[in-house]
Amino acid sequence: MPETPPPFDPDAYAAAAAPLLGLEIDPAWIAPVTANLRVLAAAAELVAGFPLPDAVEAAPRFEA
Amino acid sequence: MSVPANSDAATIAAAITEGRASARATVASALDRIARIDGRVGAFTDVLTERALARADALDAAIGRGEPAGPLAGVPFAVKNLIDVAGLPTRAGSTINRDRPPAARDGTVVRRLEAAGAILVGALNMGEYAYDFTGENVHDGDAHNPHALDHMTGGSSGGSGAAVAAGLVPLTLGSDTNGSIRVPSAFCGCFGLKPTYGRISRAGSFPFVGSLDHLGPMARSVTDLTLAYDAMQGPDPEDPVATTRAPEPAAPGLEAGIGGLRIAVAGGYFARGGDPEAFAAVARVAEALGASCTVEIPEAHRARAAAYLITAAEGATLHLDRLRTRPRDFDPAVRDRLIAGAMIPAPFVERAQRFRRWYRDAVLALFDGVDVILAPATPCRAPKGGQTHFVLDGVTLPVRANIGLFTQPISFIGLPVVAVPVRLDAGLPLGVQVIAAPWREDLALRVARQLERDGICTAPVAELS
Repeated sequence: MPETPPPFDPDAYAAAAAPLLGLEIDPAWIAPVTANLRVLAAAAELVAGFPLPDAVEAAPRFEA
Repeated sequence: MSVPANSDAATIAAAITEGRASARATVASALDRIARIDGRVGAFTDVLTERALARADALDAAIGRGEPAGPLAGVPFAVKNLIDVAGLPTRAGSTINRDRPPAARDGTVVRRLEAAGAILVGALNMGEYAYDFTGENVHDGDAHNPHALDHMTGGSSGGSGAAVAAGLVPLTLGSDTNGSIRVPSAFCGCFGLKPTYGRISRAGSFPFVGSLDHLGPMARSVTDLTLAYDAMQGPDPEDPVATTRAPEPAAPGLEAGIGGLRIAVAGGYFARGGDPEAFAAVARVAEALGASCTVEIPEAHRARAAAYLITAAEGATLHLDRLRTRPRDFDPAVRDRLIAGAMIPAPFVERAQRFRRWYRDAVLALFDGVDVILAPATPCRAPKGGQTHFVLDGVTLPVRANIGLFTQPISFIGLPVVAVPVRLDAGLPLGVQVIAAPWREDLALRVARQLERDGICTAPVAELS
């Protein structure tokens, strides 16, 4: 996966999202949480880079 | 009257069925071997001595009355501790779940294996909540690779791989969401089957990512893998995604060989980004099978990224209440990933699910031209225990996030895979994924059996005394 996520401030994002989710984040956890957020954001950007046709529906429950 | 504790399942079942060994002596021998050896391996979290011996006595009595013994008669087995065992809280590698009430009954897969004559002897170590590729556990201690105790087993079904490789039991069950059967099979040098998504019921197991979770067997022979797989098949209304297809036993065709099968090697993404040994293992298997053509699995790198997103988001959703109330009781490495996963914007996840549909259709089209695809199971041999980074293709990367880079794009669309062990030299084993189209586990098992018969893939018991 790419190393570079899109430009955003993961610290500010995590600080804003935690109360919405009912989560308390110990200050010692902020760095690993935001590091994971960067990886997830990079993964999302990679997926978003694929030109999906609008007609492709989600497969939340995969059926072979 | 017993067979050696480290015998394979088919040998044990034959000896017991034919009256050359008793189930009680066989189970007692396995329990003794676990007691002597597991302290160094760390595979088991629970040993069910009383239950196992009672079942063995009941089986011996049934055989004495002339009743059918079942294809797994008297075979000791153990299950990853996310599968329900009556009387035990289903801990799923966590400390939090130990506060749950004990399971009222066994999971479907346990009941089906015992209906075939197998005897449950214990529950097995695993990475917390299955969010793991290492086999390390901060609560129960790490599982150790029986082939080199200072190396990882791989995970999250680490105890399942270790118990088989150490010869403690011939058969274990694991779960595989992104590679958790295939990775420990590769690192521990045993055979593992991740069936088609929906083939084997997950009812009575603790989930991780519902849209990606599978259960499956691990063993030291393809015949044992097949016996267990056949015994566990069948619809189950208690698992909402379990197939309604009738069982399709693979054992009858297992010795059919590979004649007529079109076998190809996965190129592109699956041919770079790992140690040379990982690709040498694939090449050895391909040569033995006469597989000379290559197929390109399209957009595999994006498939892995999409699987990564869905895993984090679904896993976080499952655990959100626990993250709110008991965050300090998680393994920190799991907690921090789950908290980040809870914060993923919904459009990112929805996009990943839509991409999944596209990718499924694209990959299934490949099976118009081939029957089986070969790919590495892991990018390297088992890292050292506690190792946090490795160098792959000249790039330093975190171990935990990258062990599954070749397994994730395959389980993402539920394809059946047999992980086969390859020994290139005297060092640690490697694994190769034998991948088939949905519902064609039989083809992957046939190929694996041919490789085993030809001596290309073997799973000897580790040299532990």
